[in-house]
Amino acid sequence: MTTTRTKQANDRWNWLWEWANPVKFMSLSARALPWVTAITVVTLVVGLVWGFFFTPEAAKFGSSVKIIYVHVPSAMMAINIWVMMLVASLIWLVRRHHVSALAAKAAALVGVVMTVIALITGAIWGEPMWGTYWAWDPRLTSFLVLFLFYLGYMALWAAIEDPDTAADLTSVLAIVGSVFALLSRYAVNFWNQGLHQGASLSLDAEENVSDVYWQPLVICLVGFVALFVLLLLVRTRTEVRKRRVHALEMRERMSDA
Amino acid sequence: MPDLGKYAGAVVTSWAATLVLVAALIAITWWQSARARRKLDAAEARRKER
Repeated sequence: MTTTRTKQANDRWNWLWEWANPVKFMSLSARALPWVTAITVVTLVVGLVWGFFFTPEAAKFGSSVKIIYVHVPSAMMAINIWVMMLVASLIWLVRRHHVSALAAKAAALVGVVMTVIALITGAIWGEPMWGTYWAWDPRLTSFLVLFLFYLGYMALWAAIEDPDTAADLTSVLAIVGSVFALLSRYAVNFWNQGLHQGASLSLDAEENVSDVYWQPLVICLVGFVALFVLLLLVRTRTEVRKRRVHALEMRERMSDA
Repeated sequence: MPDLGKYAGAVVTSWAATLVLVAALIAITWWQSARARRKLDAAEARRKER
């Protein structure tokens, strides 16, 4: 009975593990790419145009409220991409699926760009609102550390020649860095100090931004998630191809020797 | 173009920086993908010749 139940549970997750096979991944991702591209273009265009052109000025923030449509999605992606890298790294460490290690590697550049966008737009917004581009506030500081972790993660991949060793060591770095990814999200709650306000998107109606700003913001968030999925698929396909080239070149060298 | 008042500089700079960085990320991704595809095609062709 228990064995049957375990088998059923395993069967339920088989669709997921199909993505771990490089050949299956290339075929499934090729089929998914046109759909993901369409969703990305539609949601980003609708969300960004709505946010920039059709939202009113806020009472306290004036037109600077429009920065929310690029700052909040990029900041959320910066954190969530690291969490995705953590999950992919754990899958690599436990199950040794190469595609998961390559997906974590492929996500890093997208993550670092999202972190830079969040830091730049936050600084530009901070100057007129707080009177300074930068403060050593808990959330800002943990975000800066997250940015340095992204750079370290990419440097580690580039520095180690053996891909399996690189995947092992970068996975450990992903686990360590996840502390800062979570801190950059929850630092405001842990330390009740600093300039940065709490969550802009919350289930608590008292805390949340009003509907007129919230609706385009949610579409922008979907757009940024879709953009990440699109870039992740394309970049992971690139990594799979590079790995295949490396294997073929090794075979050529061995047959020449 | 909506009237952005005294925050026009901050809003336009933020959006421009975001769009430039995202465009650069897409361009790099596309370029790396095309290069990897060309390299793989060449390697597969060499393998078939042998």
